[in-house]
Amino acid sequence: MSDALLTLESICLVRQGRHILENINCAVHPGEIITLIGPNGAGKTSLLKVALGLVSADSGRVVKSPNLRIGYMPQKLIVERSFPLSVARFMRLTGRYTQTQLQEVLDEVGAGHLFNSSLADLSGGELQRVLLGRALLRRPQLLVLDEPVQGVDVQGQVDLFELIGRIRKRFGCAVLMVSHDLHLVMAATDRVICLNQHICCTGSPAVVQRDEKFLELFGPAILPHLAIYNHDQQHQHDHCPHQGCSCPLGEGKNHVQ
Amino acid sequence: MFSDFMLRAAVAGIGVALVAGPFGTFVVWRRMAYFGDTLAHSALLGVALGFLLEIDPTLAVMAVCLLVAVLLFFLQRQQRLPSDTLLGILSHTALSLGLVTIAFMEKLRIDLLAYLFGDILAVGDKDLVLIYLSAFVALGLLLLLWRPLLAISLHEDLARVEGVPVDLVQLSFSCLLALVVAIMMKVIGLLLITSLFILPAAAVRRVSRSPEQMALFAAIAGVAAVCGGLYGSLQLDTPAGPSIVVAAAGIFAIMQLIPARQ
Repeated sequence: MSDALLTLESICLVRQGRHILENINCAVHPGEIITLIGPNGAGKTSLLKVALGLVSADSGRVVKSPNLRIGYMPQKLIVERSFPLSVARFMRLTGRYTQTQLQEVLDEVGAGHLFNSSLADLSGGELQRVLLGRALLRRPQLLVLDEPVQGVDVQGQVDLFELIGRIRKRFGCAVLMVSHDLHLVMAATDRVICLNQHICCTGSPAVVQRDEKFLELFGPAILPHLAIYNHDQQHQHDHCPHQGCSCPLGEGKNHVQ
Repeated sequence: MFSDFMLRAAVAGIGVALVAGPFGTFVVWRRMAYFGDTLAHSALLGVALGFLLEIDPTLAVMAVCLLVAVLLFFLQRQQRLPSDTLLGILSHTALSLGLVTIAFMEKLRIDLLAYLFGDILAVGDKDLVLIYLSAFVALGLLLLLWRPLLAISLHEDLARVEGVPVDLVQLSFSCLLALVVAIMMKVIGLLLITSLFILPAAAVRRVSRSPEQMALFAAIAGVAAVCGGLYGSLQLDTPAGPSIVVAAAGIFAIMQLIPARQ
């Protein structure tokens, strides 16, 4: 598919003789929300870093559409108390924007009142909103969010996922995010990629949560946590097949566990 | 009433404080205190090599500090050892190597204390020129690096995604810091250099509202510490370098009494 914003082709990432990522194939298309889920240590953040070009894969390649504008929201921003930085100043650190532009985008993410606050004084949820706003300033075609609701209470999580959905509609950008919060994320996403070093299964939330590999990975105990969504009886499993790869560890081995 | 050497000492000290303030704020923000120590300790190796190869000690110190800064940059990227372990190894190896080299040169009598704790009263015209020239270059380049450095200090990956040439900026900053350490050695002594980075910056944190304000205030606090320390040293006949640090510590303590703004 040539219209993809970002395509990962047979990505392998090896650290200390172990696959962190194994033969990852996937593409992000304009306007879609893709969520990476998987247990701790599944390689979710690593996958984002490869996609962003922060880490180079040991084999495979990352294809970006020309002049792709990416907005990135890191997993955690630790602001040293010794760093006197206001929200407005933080937003302007790597670009030049007018006061109006800053105020608009902060209002958009519901953080307008924080304009002059000190960055170090923000709560977890406020900081996430400011980070999201900063990513939006770049008018991104692709938003990459690493655990956007981390450290936020449940109501805050619901609000943030709603906000992400609204932003996608308003700005027409694609969203690639990592999340732990299965039950909330399922409602707010178009496509789920279930990762455990390799891609276990992928598809719409309704499809994935009935996939046996998904259940294998998270265990049947996960089921009660997932709300019931409209089940599409016509669903198709579009697994990313595990084909083996040409990485330093040699031919792809069987699935991990 | 001020004699010629006192005037030169004050001018040298003020020049060093003006440049140490802004650099010190980054040392504080980026938790580079130990990094500064390592550069400072390796300065003694520079002194020793300077005498051995018969080149100007300050230039030799600059060369060795730059070398250590570049070496550290590449070693830290490898991530084989934790950063502080690496710094500890380099720091004490360089210091000891310097002491051992000096001990080998029997013909030469070096006043070790002057290098360890500074000898600001012996600053000559040539030193003054070198200090102000280096300070001018270091501050000018820091100004160019200012915004990207702030972005990196906050979040490296975020800066990288937003197009900041992170490695280049970091390497440049380390090299500039090495340059600053080299000119600070004469004034404050290599064992006390880090204090002149950290104390003024930490002192003014509570009254600063922006990074630029903090850098400016730190420079002012540094100048005040140099003037106060020199004056005290003259009055009480105490060593100049440590007196400056004591004055800086005094300023830090007094600033803690001021209620925080905002």
